[in-house]
Amino acid sequence: MSGEAKTIRTTYREAIRAALRDALQRDERVFLMGEDVGRYGGCFAVSKGLLDEFGPERIRDTPLSEAAFVGAGIGAAMGGARPIVEIMTVNFSLLALDQIVNNAATILHMSGGQFNIPLVIRMTTGAGRQLAAQHSHSLEGWYAHIPGIKVLVPATLEDARGMLWTALEDPDPVLIFEHGSLYNMEGELAVDAGPVEIHRAAVRRSGTDVSLITYGGTLGKTLQAAQEVAAEGISAEVVDLRTLRPLDTETIIGTVGKTHRAVIVDEGWRSGSISAEIMARIMENVFYELDAPVARLCSAEVPIPYPKHLEDSAIPQAAEIAAAIRQLVRKHG
Amino acid sequence: MTRSPKATKPILERGNTHRLLRQMLRIRRFEEKCVELYSAAKIRGFLHLYIGEEAVAVGAMQALEADDAIVATYREHGHALARGVSAASIMAEIYGKVEGCSRGRGGSMHIFDAATRFYGGNAIVGGGLPLAVGLALADKMQGRNRVTACFFGEGAVAEGEFHESMNLAALWNLPVLFCCENNLYAMGTALERSESETDLCLKAAAFEIPAWPVDGMDVLAVEAAAKRAAFAVRSGAGPHFLEFRTYRFRAHSMYDPELYRTKEEVDVWKKRDPIPNFATLLKGQGLLNDEELTRMEEEVAAEIAQAVDFAEAGNWEATEDLTRFVYSEEPKR
Repeated sequence: MSGEAKTIRTTYREAIRAALRDALQRDERVFLMGEDVGRYGGCFAVSKGLLDEFGPERIRDTPLSEAAFVGAGIGAAMGGARPIVEIMTVNFSLLALDQIVNNAATILHMSGGQFNIPLVIRMTTGAGRQLAAQHSHSLEGWYAHIPGIKVLVPATLEDARGMLWTALEDPDPVLIFEHGSLYNMEGELAVDAGPVEIHRAAVRRSGTDVSLITYGGTLGKTLQAAQEVAAEGISAEVVDLRTLRPLDTETIIGTVGKTHRAVIVDEGWRSGSISAEIMARIMENVFYELDAPVARLCSAEVPIPYPKHLEDSAIPQAAEIAAAIRQLVRKHG
Repeated sequence: MTRSPKATKPILERGNTHRLLRQMLRIRRFEEKCVELYSAAKIRGFLHLYIGEEAVAVGAMQALEADDAIVATYREHGHALARGVSAASIMAEIYGKVEGCSRGRGGSMHIFDAATRFYGGNAIVGGGLPLAVGLALADKMQGRNRVTACFFGEGAVAEGEFHESMNLAALWNLPVLFCCENNLYAMGTALERSESETDLCLKAAAFEIPAWPVDGMDVLAVEAAAKRAAFAVRSGAGPHFLEFRTYRFRAHSMYDPELYRTKEEVDVWKKRDPIPNFATLLKGQGLLNDEELTRMEEEVAAEIAQAVDFAEAGNWEATEDLTRFVYSEEPKR
């Protein structure tokens, strides 16, 4: 406890809970609603304890009515409240797709700028917990297709802690995707950690030979792969996108312009995906800088299966990422 | 038609009845002009006319205060006019001009007006109900004694969003006045061809929401019922549901050849036209004479002519501004 920056040992889950508590304390208009956020303590225990602290009006359990409570979040936001809506998983968010795509994303525009919607929707995404094909998909790339909303994908403790408040300050709808495998991730977080900006990607590891572009649940595996190939003399730069819409094209161009090679790692499916979009932006902007075709690792094009060995082989793993890096660098050295 | 035994007595008073008649005439003449303009290709896209149903919007608006909110459907010209959105800004919107209430970006189906708390023109059947629940939730949480009136057709009761929203509003005792405009057809699908239970009030009863049917062709009955229901909602008695039994005299939209109903059926309903019947009633009561009616028609015609002139003289938004209002231009909190 000398003059050094003070940190605490915490988890991704606790960081989000701290962010929720902070938001509820800072702004009377903020409330959390969703399935089992109150008495149950949150499906993934994120909101555990908040009901006792803030009461049932502000930690509001809802029926299993995704369309109605997401739509109610939109209405409440237009009515002057600052709702945080929690949806258990991205798969369940499909029941509210009408409200998100047809209302949240359109009303500001359709109303000629009269009604903005300061709404935050949080949901779990991703595979890795043997929950099979209706709880494990990564559809954040889909949402990133939609103009009118913003899509955040926190991969670190700092972002888990800091993105929520920034999202609440935003005048427009923001979707935050929390990868389910990250909740137990432990690490050190500054005691005074607070809001972070949400419009820039971050370089998580600096390198010169290849750019690894990823986000969310695959950041850890990608950093692991970068570490692995470093021992073999390959210097990989790792970019954490942080936000899928708006996509930080500038940082993507910057890193690829520097390393001249890119591997994209995305737990979503390959076809029509955010990885395809990133590739397109590289082609549009830094095609002549490339020393090798852009590579990508995505999920196999299957509904995510239940058995561990099949699930593991369906989603990108560190060893595969390392293999893809080696192939790209050696073949196009 | 069933009338609630406890309905407040209609107010047969000169000033009020003239206001009701004038409002219905404004809507009728406005939309007749829209038909002309559609044929002249001044208006494009979908145009859904309210002709025949005017008594519902006009009577119901009488129950609302200036700071109450309205959520309507794509057949909402009448609601906007009755609420006090100017005929000129609505006509300009239908033209697609930048002077329109939604800067021309919404058109006929998406009338929005912040000044009168008119939250749209929603063109997804059932999509507006969750928004109304949210607006009411914000009012309740922030201690404002306001009502949100939500208009929707009987077709919406087949949507999950209807049932989810009714349940949520009742569960949380929210100040929503659900105004179901039962015009018997969802586009071309008759109620008995789409619902196993055609008594819509029974659906509300399943959520313990007080509900009663109202003769939607009788503006005084509508006014009385809406006032009674709105009074209850405002007093904290929770959501109420009114089924307005009405009929659309015109086609669903301009593309509808009306293969699903007979001319005879339409003619039977036209005998119950809310406007001439109300004028006759007033004349019989000595509350209106021919001269007054003629003057009223002239004033309405002048207002509509002015609205058309305003729309004609309006400007097309610069295409450079195409992508404005996808996100807020300045932080609005």
